[in-house]
Amino acid sequence: MQALVIAAHGSHLNPDASDPTYAHADTVRETGAFDEVREAFWKEEPHFREVIRTLESDEVFVVPLFISEGYFTEQVIPRELRLEDWDPDQWDSDGTDASQATLEADDVEKTIHYCGPVGTHDAMTDVIVQRAESVTDDPDVGEGVGLAVVGHGTERNENSAKAVEYHADRIRQQDRFDEVEALFMDEEPEVDDVTDYFETDDIVVVPLFIADGYHTQEDIPEDMGLTDDYRLGWSVPAEVDGHRIWYAGAVGTEGLMADVVLERAADAGADIGGALESVRATMASDGSRGSDLEPSTGAGD
Amino acid sequence: MATAEFDFDALLETLEDESSIVFDGLRIEREGETYALETPESDQTDLEAADLEAALEPITDYVTNWRYWRASVGGDGTARRAFLRWCERAPPEAESGDDAPADDTVSTDDDVLAVPARYDALREGIDREWGQLCITARLVDDVDEPAGERVYDLWHVDDADTDLADLEVYDDPCDARELSTYDGDGRYRPLKTAPTLVSGWAFTGLSGAELVETIGFFYPATIENWHRERQGELDVDHWLETAERQTGIYDVIDELPREAVEWMTEACCVDSQCLRRREWQYDEGNELAVDGGDGQFPCREPCSLVVAAARKWTVLESEEEHTYELELTTSELNQLEELIDAVADGRTDEIREADVYDGANRYRARYLRAKRFDDEGSLEARTRDD
Repeated sequence: MQALVIAAHGSHLNPDASDPTYAHADTVRETGAFDEVREAFWKEEPHFREVIRTLESDEVFVVPLFISEGYFTEQVIPRELRLEDWDPDQWDSDGTDASQATLEADDVEKTIHYCGPVGTHDAMTDVIVQRAESVTDDPDVGEGVGLAVVGHGTERNENSAKAVEYHADRIRQQDRFDEVEALFMDEEPEVDDVTDYFETDDIVVVPLFIADGYHTQEDIPEDMGLTDDYRLGWSVPAEVDGHRIWYAGAVGTEGLMADVVLERAADAGADIGGALESVRATMASDGSRGSDLEPSTGAGD
Repeated sequence: MATAEFDFDALLETLEDESSIVFDGLRIEREGETYALETPESDQTDLEAADLEAALEPITDYVTNWRYWRASVGGDGTARRAFLRWCERAPPEAESGDDAPADDTVSTDDDVLAVPARYDALREGIDREWGQLCITARLVDDVDEPAGERVYDLWHVDDADTDLADLEVYDDPCDARELSTYDGDGRYRPLKTAPTLVSGWAFTGLSGAELVETIGFFYPATIENWHRERQGELDVDHWLETAERQTGIYDVIDELPREAVEWMTEACCVDSQCLRRREWQYDEGNELAVDGGDGQFPCREPCSLVVAAARKWTVLESEEEHTYELELTTSELNQLEELIDAVADGRTDEIREADVYDGANRYRARYLRAKRFDDEGSLEARTRDD
């Protein structure tokens, strides 16, 4: 038997924080690729601390639903899962290429395949592009359009920016969009000045965040000038400084994210059969979304 | 009553492979070409295969019971299986899954039922409470299902006497997530074991696996920790271990004074706030004075809410104390106590608008604020120089 655990942050204050985790877990459940699929959280239940014991499977694949490698993926999750022999060097990563490490959980007799976060997987690049397609409702979006991949950025952890730049580079190499930029909330270049970085009239802004919340639904829309007050919402697209900004919130709510979760587990040796194909087919037939999560366009939209 | 027939050929095949079936009071031994059959009520030997089938006829319940636990439930030694047996008051099994009597580590349950009595009860439906949940285990009355198959219904204990037609009926375990997200006032419930689960819904006809999954969404990990506790294998992480493990912004919580940990457990870890029973102490051999509560589910370490709150209290407890002078009448001092009590007990919504006899009445509080707060909106108080 094999199990999948999707490990996410969750929230004590905001009930929506766990929605993407549940949605992607449900998508994976429907494929039947795993005998058990479980959500686990730092701030909600089941907590990381308790989740492994709720499984009957001997082989457990843990995929962190986080954007970058760093404090949570390298310290908190392995510690709370009681992966005694964990060392970040086992990922042999310079910040964006963690794949997996195989460990034993101390409190249960199970083999844990601890995967890198979804945010740095190559398949995430496709999700960002998919997000641009679903936001503009244009499967061929690219020509004459600029794409801004937005991250939090923080001086405390350089990996946070690395993940954003990594995908921006990969999308740039596809030559699909006229321009591609990596922008940040807390470091240069800043998302506040988004229109300064693009020549194109149309700019698609995709925040590389897992869940919609304060940053994606309040900070970023106001900082970019989409709205003076997030509570009033904003339109998609919205006019800012002569540009049309296409903004629709956290990429983590995109249905195709379930595909990245599966890819991570498969890279770590999970037998997922035809699950990837079935998820992609579902996404395609559902107009690119397989989950219950709609790209949010703000309260007033 | 279950009307489907049990599969005699499958039983013979098992006896071919394993030479005996020993389960819940049923014992069938293959002795060469003949069989011995024993239940607490009967004992027969030297039965030919054809005779065996006839001999099983009067004790179908024993046979279908064996089939249900072997084929439909499986999972020897798992928390899932132990929980489903508890649901129908079946005796606990030893870890090996065979019929050896439960050893001392398995606590003997209250009023367990042997197969005939259990089947009688299952035909009526056996009720169990799990926190604020009520579970009914019953036999399936459906010719298309194997004989002895069970299904489970689940609802809020407050709805035990409510007609099913008046409840919202669900059959997908995942729906439990939505139902457990908000309390009756529409507020988010970050603590799944808070005693604030809303009523008005029912899950019906769940399989055993679905029941366990559904409960896992309502009360995550409670079945697994209950099972461990029953086996004498509950691993408890006491306050200091948990506090010292923390990093980042929670790194400080191991500095929370011993006395403050008592206050914290009194504030958070009591029956009125959580259905779990606190098993963790300050440290191994260093028990907290505050009672851990009577909850059904063991709490094996401080939860994330307690850890988050502890951080705030650690910061607050690092402040120095001062002596303040402020002007209050005796009634106003009493009123401060009433206000704190009302908020701490979540009683403010219950205080009637015109009940000015309650110190936590809104108009009383507004009057106190108007009279005693200064222009900055603070209580007029002076620090007294010692």
